[in-house]
Amino acid sequence: MATQKKYTKQFVLLLLLVIVLWFTNISFGSVSIPFLDIFSIIIGDETVKESWQTIILNFRIPKAITAIMVGSGLSISGLLMQTLFRNPLAGPFVLGISSGASLGVALLILGSSIFGGVFLSISFSNWAIAIAASLGSFLVLSAVIIAANKVRNTMSILIIGLMFGSFTSAIISVLSYFSEAQEIQQYVFWSFGSLGNLSWDELAIFFSVYLFGIAGVFTIIKPLNSLLLGENYAKSLGVNVKQSRIIILVITSLLTGVITAFSGPIAFIGLAVPHLAKLIFTTSNHKILIPATALTGALVLLVCDIIAQVPTSEFTLPINAITSLFGAPVVIWLLIRKKKIYV
Amino acid sequence: MKSNIKNIVLKTENLAIGYLQKKSKLMVADAINLSFEKGKFIALLGKNGIGKSTLLRTISKVQTPLTGAVFINNKNLNQYTNKELATNLSLVLTERLPESQLTVFELIALGRQPYTNWVDKISVKDLDKINWAIEKTEIKHLQEKRFYELSDGQLQRVLIARALAQDTEIIILDEPTAHLDMHHTYKIFQLLKKLVRTTSKTIIISTHQINLALEIVDELVIMNGNGVLSGETQKLIDTNKLDDLFPKEILNFNKILRQFTIRKDD
Repeated sequence: MATQKKYTKQFVLLLLLVIVLWFTNISFGSVSIPFLDIFSIIIGDETVKESWQTIILNFRIPKAITAIMVGSGLSISGLLMQTLFRNPLAGPFVLGISSGASLGVALLILGSSIFGGVFLSISFSNWAIAIAASLGSFLVLSAVIIAANKVRNTMSILIIGLMFGSFTSAIISVLSYFSEAQEIQQYVFWSFGSLGNLSWDELAIFFSVYLFGIAGVFTIIKPLNSLLLGENYAKSLGVNVKQSRIIILVITSLLTGVITAFSGPIAFIGLAVPHLAKLIFTTSNHKILIPATALTGALVLLVCDIIAQVPTSEFTLPINAITSLFGAPVVIWLLIRKKKIYV
Repeated sequence: MKSNIKNIVLKTENLAIGYLQKKSKLMVADAINLSFEKGKFIALLGKNGIGKSTLLRTISKVQTPLTGAVFINNKNLNQYTNKELATNLSLVLTERLPESQLTVFELIALGRQPYTNWVDKISVKDLDKINWAIEKTEIKHLQEKRFYELSDGQLQRVLIARALAQDTEIIILDEPTAHLDMHHTYKIFQLLKKLVRTTSKTIIISTHQINLALEIVDELVIMNGNGVLSGETQKLIDTNKLDDLFPKEILNFNKILRQFTIRKDD
């Protein structure tokens, strides 16, 4: 699609902001470390205090990288869902991915006392939770994709996803009813979402899946653009609608699945950031919107994470609460000001 | 000799159209044998629910024939890939466009998708075709606007421009004047007529603007309860083929006025 406008200025500004906020993000935490020392640690200076090195290299940098991947990945998934369903209210979780992941984790944590035996021997490491979440979202997602192949109407997929969501949350309610308070607490903590606690090994796996998904997104710019006219026009322009639909679903589920597995179900970002990007860039061309949404998403999550640190205090608030608490009013304000939202 | 060899761009052979239900077939019309020449303006007439859209959907490969076949440039429609068909046939549909921020120019540029590379890069040739389409439909003053800012008449011109930019021999329009007043309806018919004459494309429309169609188009396809027939407008009028278009108790076709009149009870 041809665009006559140039967006270089917006992109440069966004990129600079992301870089600045990334450094700001690693400067904040419960232990205060002078900025110059942080900089020397990053460039490999080993004369800085060793505990500081550990904090920066093994905690804060992985967390800031996670924030960028989670923010951009969820936002792009949301954009894909909004375009595929031509519905501005669609987000990455409409396919039931977060409910699937929640079900997996709930079975692991809450199910241990009910089913006993096998589960008891597993300690709930990041890996166990990530695997349970991936299996859960993979199962629910396969069900949705199989169903998507059977129905002709794209809107039906949206409803099928919602139904799977209700179904899994019902199972989780039943599980919670029979669980110990301590286990419920552990499950609730997972559902708060968390960007930290990832080792470099976990990050490497996270990154490979993320990269695969992002690379995939760039292969479907064309069908995404023609889907803006509706499926019939897209088909008349030579697009294989059914195939594109499957590719879009697979990419979204890979991105959202891996993010939810490692960071928990993080709300709001996927639904709201695409709208922010559409308002800032005032375009529907996906060649512009995809990088714009990714950068905006990374930016928003870095900011949310800084707020969650509650700078100068020792608290860390749940990231899931911050994204909604600070994000929702911003989007409401923008929409009231602009008065129109787009697919 | 040459006058006998017609340049047929679209042809149907014993086509039966309809819908496949679980075990039965719902036949809408059958034994449809049509052939359309290059550079003709064709209007498809028929009352609501008779199957005009089903016929248009079948010849544009949106749905498959029950039996029989459709040929575009002597090649069976089911042998075309979506992409190949997109360079031979373009559509203007009645459905509302989803709300997006597309500008008029971008919307027309989407017509170039069958020709662009994987990131949709617009080449010089693509740009020429887009500008040509904009010029032909006289919408240059609208090109920077968002499509949702347009009136129905303007939007219809933009959608026609998009189909033109797609650079196909055949353009099919499903009720292109459905939401338009008399003035804009006439202007769209004029535009289509002009396009047929100056670009020798074959344009097929379905319409309820019968009186206007009789004056402007080259050929008619008439769908009534008895079947599908086609031919030059005057020939069909002379042989009383329009009489069965509607039930006779209310509307009658008046050959002298060349239009339908309301039956007045004595």
